[in-house]
Amino acid sequence: MSSDEVKLIGAWASPFVMRPRIALNLKSVPYEFLQETFGSKSELLLKSNPVHKKIPVLLHADKPVSESNIIVEYIDETWSSSGSSILPSHPYDRAMARFWAAYIDEKWFVSLRNILKAEGEEEKKAVLAQVEEGNALLEKAFNDCSNGKPFFNGDHIGYLDIAFGCFLGWLRVTELAAGHQLLDEAKTPSLSKWAERFCDDPAVKPVMPETTKLAEFAKKIFAKPRA
Amino acid sequence: MISLYDFYILNEKLKNKLRTEEFDKRKRDECLKLLGFWISPFSRRVEMALKFKGVPYEYLEEDLPKKTPLLLELNPIHKKVPVLVHNDKILSESHVILEYIDLTWSNNPFLPQDPYEKAMARFWAKFVDEQILPLGFMSLVKAETGIEVAIEETRELITYLEKEVTGKYYFGGKTIGFLDMVAGSMIPFCLARAWECMGIDMITHEKFPELNRWINKLNEVEIVRECIPPKEKHIERMNQIVERIKST
Repeated sequence: MSSDEVKLIGAWASPFVMRPRIALNLKSVPYEFLQETFGSKSELLLKSNPVHKKIPVLLHADKPVSESNIIVEYIDETWSSSGSSILPSHPYDRAMARFWAAYIDEKWFVSLRNILKAEGEEEKKAVLAQVEEGNALLEKAFNDCSNGKPFFNGDHIGYLDIAFGCFLGWLRVTELAAGHQLLDEAKTPSLSKWAERFCDDPAVKPVMPETTKLAEFAKKIFAKPRA
Repeated sequence: MISLYDFYILNEKLKNKLRTEEFDKRKRDECLKLLGFWISPFSRRVEMALKFKGVPYEYLEEDLPKKTPLLLELNPIHKKVPVLVHNDKILSESHVILEYIDLTWSNNPFLPQDPYEKAMARFWAKFVDEQILPLGFMSLVKAETGIEVAIEETRELITYLEKEVTGKYYFGGKTIGFLDMVAGSMIPFCLARAWECMGIDMITHEKFPELNRWINKLNEVEIVRECIPPKEKHIERMNQIVERIKST
């Protein structure tokens, strides 16, 4: 178990930053949270992640690790004797968790983000349909992975719960802005119950931003300049 | 030429085999099939991994861009190769498959054991596919006015890999590893051939002495040589693709 200093460069509103924060909480690893100011990048960030210049970046004994899902795996492997396992133990279950996490980042989240950027009703409807299609796939994935247990990872939250759950705050903001429920008891009954359990988890609660605060922040960053 | 009906029969046979209790689950290696495409660096790297582990498998060639009913059945979400079928388990996405192979067959591990080294290998592998590939592709499609900029930008990215491999035989150290399989399948034996067709010498000896040394070392590895598309046939196909791009 490593006792070297742990720091995380991030920002409160970023779902990607939430991922390593949840992982560190699950492993009870104390860390210093270095908040970036929105709109600018610190010297430390640029030095620690010169390739992408993005958050989150984990600094473990000053060695940087970037890319949120890669950081989560690093945390699981480094503090393997602490808390429960974040990645599933069976190779196939692990593969499925990685597969769905990649799908969420490459397809699902892209569609979700496009809802807020959509111009006009037609485009909004089309993107909403894409997200709902994705949700249906994830509902099935949840039922397959969880096997009747409360989380994708079984009894405790794990890699895929974190990979998807980090977007719940932004999902709610998008639902409010679009005036359309995406995750609900009728369309996605398992996921909707899972979402509540996820947000209530002690590793998640302290780092999940409040929806109202996030909505205000969204207004600021998506504000269109007036003509 | 095989008809759609024959593919349907093959599909049905495979589905039955997958569901059948013939499988002796004690023999992990019993049913291992890889759906691939000879030009795809993504499927080539999976072949490298399987050969590295010394695991026998059956190879099923897709004739892309046509997609067989089998491919659509096995990978309905992405409809892409590679797809690995291991007994009753179906896996897609090359990085996911590579990690699965390394965990399932524990001989000759190709991912680093140290968590930090492992994180770095994963980081650079993602970088190859998500940064170098799209930007490298831009060098092929940009009109003459944009091409020099695209080439320079691609070289800037490749410089990171030059640093990573400096002082090592391979990215994996003394033997090839995960990052060698990902970067090797993508850069020297795929992108570089496309660049060659366009008359672009992207990875110059002058700017990239370490990477050139790495490419020579890769060529010495038998399983790498076995898993790369045959050069002449590949260049011919690349020329056709490049002609098609130029004419649009």
